[in-house]
Amino acid sequence: MRFIFKTDYDQDIRLAKHEGARFWYSALVIALLLAPWVLPEYWLAQLTFVLIYSIAGLGLMLLAGFTGLFSLGHAAFLGVGAYTEAVLTNAGIPFPIAIVGAAGLSAAVGWVVGLPALRVRGIYLGMATLAFGFIVEEGLARWESVTGGNSGLQVKPPSVSGWALSTATEFYALCLLITILATLGILNLLRSPTGRAFVAIRDSEVSAQSMGIHLAHYKTLSFALSAALAGIAGALYAHKLQFISPDQFSILQSIDLLLMIVIGGLGSVHGAFLGATFLIAMPQAIAILKDYLPASIGQAPGLQSVIYGAVLVSFVLFEPMGLHGRWLKVRTYLQSFPFYRKGMFKRQKSFQKSDRLR
Amino acid sequence: MIQFFQMTLSGISQGCIYGLIALGFVLIYKATETVSFAQGDLMMMGAFGGLAAMTWLGFPYWLAILSTVAAMGLFGMLLERLVIRPILGQPAFSVVMLTIGIGYVVRGLITMLPNIGTETHVLPVPYKDEIWKMAGLVINVEQVSVIGATAILCLLLFALFRYSKLGVAMQAASQNQLAAYYMGIPVRRLNGIAWGLAAAVAAIAGLLLAPITFVHANMGLIGLKAFPAAVVGGFGSLPGAIVGGLAIGIIESLSGFYLPDGFKDIAAYVVVLLMLVVKPNGLFGEQLRKKV
Repeated sequence: MRFIFKTDYDQDIRLAKHEGARFWYSALVIALLLAPWVLPEYWLAQLTFVLIYSIAGLGLMLLAGFTGLFSLGHAAFLGVGAYTEAVLTNAGIPFPIAIVGAAGLSAAVGWVVGLPALRVRGIYLGMATLAFGFIVEEGLARWESVTGGNSGLQVKPPSVSGWALSTATEFYALCLLITILATLGILNLLRSPTGRAFVAIRDSEVSAQSMGIHLAHYKTLSFALSAALAGIAGALYAHKLQFISPDQFSILQSIDLLLMIVIGGLGSVHGAFLGATFLIAMPQAIAILKDYLPASIGQAPGLQSVIYGAVLVSFVLFEPMGLHGRWLKVRTYLQSFPFYRKGMFKRQKSFQKSDRLR
Repeated sequence: MIQFFQMTLSGISQGCIYGLIALGFVLIYKATETVSFAQGDLMMMGAFGGLAAMTWLGFPYWLAILSTVAAMGLFGMLLERLVIRPILGQPAFSVVMLTIGIGYVVRGLITMLPNIGTETHVLPVPYKDEIWKMAGLVINVEQVSVIGATAILCLLLFALFRYSKLGVAMQAASQNQLAAYYMGIPVRRLNGIAWGLAAAVAAIAGLLLAPITFVHANMGLIGLKAFPAAVVGGFGSLPGAIVGGLAIGIIESLSGFYLPDGFKDIAAYVVVLLMLVVKPNGLFGEQLRKKV
């Protein structure tokens, strides 16, 4: 078992709590830095997608996992960020300014979407964000003068003061840098008073209000930050694919993002990364699995849908804490061996908080 | 003027479909306070079930309808028993994700059926392609059948909830579950029946919609438009679901005709956003307060 011997108040708020954590996370960062020289190009591209989706996942995790506001239309923010970046980059604006612009516009849109969050709650908020997602998708398709409509838009590679990052390795390095900055930002946010206010709102709005947390301010802030992260992810997505069209940001993409954070583990930063890895690895795994299945099952078009749905259903039924939760259980078993008891992570049978009497 | 009536009629018939699916949502919400995103896909499954009964099993029309509805009702009860009951009590978000997963599985399984899942089929109903000409209006019998069937179904459900013991017990369980338990009402069995009823209503909606839009695996996406219908009517109210559906259907149909291109698809969503700003509880919804 690991006992953390604290000698200093700073240790309570430090991000890496002990040398083991420092060692493993440094090893992870070094492995990610060495990836372009070790991985073949296809897997490097998949890893870039994992990083991009984890930034979007961090945003949605902040909103749904840490503030408890669930949003069914998050792909709309992804789309706004992607199109803003595309339009700005095609106009020749250098990458740092363009990405700040994309994040800023997404944050503004997120703030506007967050305003009804104060009046509506629960499922009604989900409906409002769903409706908003459809409207944005249709708006992007109809506003042809700027977005090129349904025929899509070509995106030039990002350029910083004349130097264009057009190779896969350079773009991967950019994504890695932005992911690390975003993760550090979110971790810092969560241990700050703002982050604690978000968690308080998730746990009990009435108690949070009694403690003096201004609900309106923090809810719209959560929407804005989450949308800004989704906007950054969308901008990188646009550069990665080099061609965007409105149907890439539809309700199916929103459900994919939700799937990602539920399977990764709601309420943990690790969950965003684990979920993104799952989302990208699943189609590859299905493609490999197809060869071992009989042709009638393996070649059927609906197989991916069935497997996604079955995995989602089984995670919600049997592992509600997600992949991160499963890792926590394994780690606790190993750390407290042989004293691990079966009921350590048992779900409390709780009465559902009634949405109607609030 | 004639066109206005035509558009309104087709809007009412489309609205009846939305209303039926919204009715399923509201039934499940009232009973178990969970939102089920699987209604659209259950509707699609009902349509495919009807297709199988009519073509593959060769049943006559009425037997096929009744057997499909009964089979879907049983499927809904089975779904509730196996998948939903274990997770009641979890946060609403988890349950919503579960129902989305169920929808994916159902859609995927239907798509996986060899040669049947990926194609569009025609449902052989007796009133296919018939048209009535009345006072200058050309009325599609399929649309009238939708409206008529919805009206009859609403009357039946009203009678069920008002006069039968089962209906009164379901209302009691949805209003105050603890008191219902105390009165000896088998609440869990009633939840199963509510799910079964919702699935049966979805199957009826699918069988009514099939002559108009044909049977294919993506029929369930209409379910996403039925959500605005339920929200407009108010999530806790059964007549509200139908009224909301009709409202969305008519607005959508008229906006497709009178407003510029593209507004038809988003009309429902703009209406729901307006509704949430102006009257968050919908037209017939109730706002209950609890004193802390």
